[in-house]
Amino acid sequence: MNRTTDPRKDRLERLFSNPKTISISVVLLGFLCGTLLILIVGKNPAGMYSALLQTLTGFDITRGTWNARYIGEWLTASIPLILCGLSMGFAARTGLFNIGAEGQYIVGLTVAQFVALYFPPVPVVHWVVAVAAAGLAGALWGGIVGWLKAKFAVSEVVATIMLNYIAFFFSRWTSMLIPGANTYKTPNFPATARLTSPLFEQLTNGSRLSLGLWVALLSCLIYWFIIEKTKTGFELRATGFNRDAARYAGVRVTRSITTSMLIAGMFAGFAGAVVALGSFSYGRVLGGYDNYGFNGIAVALIGNNNAGGTLIAGLLFGMLSSAQPLMQSRQIPKEITLIISGLVVVLISMRAGVKLFLDWKAKKNAQAQKEALDE
Amino acid sequence: MDSYAIEMAGITKIFPGIIANDNVTLRVLDNEIHAILGENGAGKSTLMSILFGLYEPDSGTISIRGKEVRIKDPNHATSLGIGMVHQHFKLVHNYTVTENIILGNEPRDRFGNIDINSARKRVAELSKLYGLDVDPDSTIESITVGMQQRVEILKILYRKAEILIFDEPTAVLRPQEIDELLQIFERLKSEGKTIILITHKLKEIKQAASRCTVLRRGKMVGTVNVNSTSEAQMAAMMVGREVLFTTEKTKAVPGETVLSIEHLFVRNSRGLETIRDFSLEVRHGEVVGIAGVDGNGQAELVEAITGLRPLEKGRILLNGKDISRSSIHSRIESGIGYVPEDRQKEGLVLDFRLDENLILKTYGSPAYCGKFGILDRKAIEENARKLIKAFDIRTGEGAATKVRSMSGGNQQKAVIAREIELSPDLLVISQPTRGLDVGAIENIHSRIIAERDKGRAVLLISFELEEIMNLCDRIAAISKGEIVGIVDGESADEREIGAMMAGIAQNASGEQA
Amino acid sequence: MNSLIAMIPSILMIVSPILITAAGGMICERAGIVNIALEGLMGVGAFTAATIHYFLEPSTPYSIWIALGLGALAGVLTSLIHAFASITLNANQTVSGTGINLLVTGGTAFLAQIIFKMERTLPFKLGMMPGIGGIYPTAWIALAVVIIAWFVLYKRPFGMRLRACGEHPQAAASAGIDVRGTRYIAVMISGALGGLAGGCLVLTQTIQYTVNTINGAGFIALAAVSFGRWLPKGITAASLLFGTATALSIYMVNIQSLRFLPPEFFSVMPYIITLVTLMVFSGKEYAPRASGQPYERSGS
Repeated sequence: MNRTTDPRKDRLERLFSNPKTISISVVLLGFLCGTLLILIVGKNPAGMYSALLQTLTGFDITRGTWNARYIGEWLTASIPLILCGLSMGFAARTGLFNIGAEGQYIVGLTVAQFVALYFPPVPVVHWVVAVAAAGLAGALWGGIVGWLKAKFAVSEVVATIMLNYIAFFFSRWTSMLIPGANTYKTPNFPATARLTSPLFEQLTNGSRLSLGLWVALLSCLIYWFIIEKTKTGFELRATGFNRDAARYAGVRVTRSITTSMLIAGMFAGFAGAVVALGSFSYGRVLGGYDNYGFNGIAVALIGNNNAGGTLIAGLLFGMLSSAQPLMQSRQIPKEITLIISGLVVVLISMRAGVKLFLDWKAKKNAQAQKEALDE
Repeated sequence: MDSYAIEMAGITKIFPGIIANDNVTLRVLDNEIHAILGENGAGKSTLMSILFGLYEPDSGTISIRGKEVRIKDPNHATSLGIGMVHQHFKLVHNYTVTENIILGNEPRDRFGNIDINSARKRVAELSKLYGLDVDPDSTIESITVGMQQRVEILKILYRKAEILIFDEPTAVLRPQEIDELLQIFERLKSEGKTIILITHKLKEIKQAASRCTVLRRGKMVGTVNVNSTSEAQMAAMMVGREVLFTTEKTKAVPGETVLSIEHLFVRNSRGLETIRDFSLEVRHGEVVGIAGVDGNGQAELVEAITGLRPLEKGRILLNGKDISRSSIHSRIESGIGYVPEDRQKEGLVLDFRLDENLILKTYGSPAYCGKFGILDRKAIEENARKLIKAFDIRTGEGAATKVRSMSGGNQQKAVIAREIELSPDLLVISQPTRGLDVGAIENIHSRIIAERDKGRAVLLISFELEEIMNLCDRIAAISKGEIVGIVDGESADEREIGAMMAGIAQNASGEQA
Repeated sequence: MNSLIAMIPSILMIVSPILITAAGGMICERAGIVNIALEGLMGVGAFTAATIHYFLEPSTPYSIWIALGLGALAGVLTSLIHAFASITLNANQTVSGTGINLLVTGGTAFLAQIIFKMERTLPFKLGMMPGIGGIYPTAWIALAVVIIAWFVLYKRPFGMRLRACGEHPQAAASAGIDVRGTRYIAVMISGALGGLAGGCLVLTQTIQYTVNTINGAGFIALAAVSFGRWLPKGITAASLLFGTATALSIYMVNIQSLRFLPPEFFSVMPYIITLVTLMVFSGKEYAPRASGQPYERSGS
């Protein structure tokens, strides 16, 4: 059969229907817009890029010095983002939009702080229990949403947002009940509760990089394993793609939705624990939102809801986030990173637009083929 | 010479991956009833959508009464006097009849507000003139399907349509309502209207139309005089070869009872009782059909049997075991296979691979799932390969094919393969051949008979009376949720079943009760 | 009881922005577009109004009204992003809306840094003044908005067509209605009302805009739309309920008998009430049938 279509154009089409390409394009586009915005307000975008470079490599272009601490801080900032991205992504695979990761994070953080202060100070066991308890707490907070959705058909979007606020106030109230706590901190943690790693500290010249790195990597592995290899993952994916067909096949959809939110909440809970016990030596009475949960949304979207992608996307947004103080020192408003995040989310929601474009191209192809056959 | 009301010349329309209309020419005379015949996918709907302004052709011309026009959108088509009664009604469910009719063309009072009173008056007028008999103030969700269709007709008459296009109008009607519709056609014709009838029902063409244009796979085959052309000839044009109207089968030899439904009552999602005092038995080695028009409770019946909906009263027994309260999963394990009505929505996960779909119900069994819930990918792929071969499923990449990319016929084969592979005692099949071409239909029909001959109990639900009469050993007619009568498949008469579908019970001598 | 009546002006002050936003959300969803971005639209309106008022305050007595108007305009422009993504590109409406919320959070703080050299606007001297009975003009604005919305939706041809777009867009299209255009207008109306509401909020309840100014009011408005079953009367009742809960949380400090409860208890009340009412009264069957589904042109 004759084909009059250009093989190069074909490859371009296949490239653009690949979700990875879309993710990369969207990120590049986001950065482009960010750069333009900086130019428009009269600042020098080179400042943003040199800040980013320093974050990634530790190399300061302006002074020609090198400090591994920046790399450590970059990784530290990435860890909660990766975990919250996993949280959002896992729910998304089941067809749920979990913007409640922020609340699940807060609950995990709060519980981790409690376990740190009240559990017997047994080395290693102490922080393991703290992290596990945080995961459990986050899971329960997420599970409520799943249950509400399954039982009462309450939209998870509004329910999770309400639960985010409720978690915040709940955390403040309970943290302040701890004897010795004031309006912004609790007493110090015992050393056994902390996730600090002397090895990492040495490698990264005194950054806050902690054992949380292993928690993140392990979580990625767990995520991948459950989704791809297990029966539960099969059920969750089926429910996410086509709830009706899953039901007809005998999958317990209600249970799937709840299970999904439990696991999603668990990852966010881990994130809370990692931040509480890795970056701080005392409990915090939250004064505001850490925003890891919200930024995790962008991470999951760019990462395409799979483990590997989320890991990379988390590192990307971690870079943006930990570069903020460096940017400020170069006269770039640090909110530029938030803007890039927001742009990225909006742009990626337009994925469907790409599909429209591809459909149009396919139609043009069919016409070209027909004309070729008629000749 | 009679003038052409419509002339569509050399129309071509392409969608992604498919050439829907390929250089089609259609000529409709003034004040005639002209049929467009073709199978599903032949391009009839596309052609008419172009005429109605929903699409623009990629090439070709359209002339209305000799004048060439470019129909830009439905508004433009309406202004040219063209109106369309769609197969899937475009009615807003919670608006009244009047509101639906005036939508987009609302009469205004002097402040520019909607003048609902003059609207109601006009609707009542039109209704009387054309003998359509609808209540202007009822909401759409409260009236029958036949009535809803009349609202669609009133919509276009309200906009002064002279050329009326009907897209598969009888698909949703009972035999009595079909007769009424044909009378309405006559009435419209006598008032000077031109009617285009899109259909694949040869009998109705014979009854109503004077000429017929046949489409096949996007191309025009020819235009014939209905009076001088037989149904067989039209069918051959439609399909391209001799058509077997009936499936070869030997007489059934039924055995033990498999499914026993006893005095079943089921409510639908709105809380209305849609199945009432329903009792039926299906035995090994027979095909029992439920004949009825869409909306008489068939969906709820099937949902109650498969476990998708709880029952109000009564019992369902499978091989003697009471499964009335069992979960969907345990019913699958007990031996019920189900080929659902909407294969894409209910039967398959389109974004899954073929092998994953083929074990959609059995993924938890020891054959495919090891300790700790870990799936055995190799076994799953092997199963797929086996079924692809046995059922001749055509795929692009074998077991790994994304089901979304498979054709309708092959998707249906996959669903049937999966259900049969379960080796169920009872096979429930709903609308198995919807949207499929004749070749695929023949394939599936012979598959159903083959399963019956293997000794399975088959319960077939279909809105196509021909399909039911073709395949079933016993036929139960359902109307408003109740069985009106059960007749033998061999000796059944279509008129008789049609009357039962309308709720009129027949006594032994075939007279009305 | 007296203290409750004395609280009415405060309750109305808090209810008004919620109701105005909810009206916009109702119109948008009745046309078939889910609008999670109400929070962001309020934010952009609040930021714009606070900034404009700060600069114009010394020069003109109409500064407040100009600020409100420009706040509404900012809302319209921001909502166009959501409209373009959801309607023209068939994007996932929930994702697009969330993206806008993130964008507004970052964008307003960014612009504040550029304009004011800090992450908030500089405080203006005098916001909107209350009128008769201590009731702010925003309450009358809110009332007018709801009545006009009701009238347009149910008495005007435009409203009838808009509702059809949300119930059955194919039916509307075949009646010759421009579904896309109508939806664009609906989204822009919700943008205008959201921006207006944000301006009302910042000019009556506080003295400057920070990223915490809106603090969930947009989401509460969204819940009010759902709880109010997408009807003008319903969303009014719902907004009153949620607004009262929020007002109580601020003013409960004055009630002696409740002093023993921690302040967080009052802060969290509105959100708990919203959640519980959603659970009990969630009316998925009352939502416009085609809401949230991208509209694709198709044949019959």
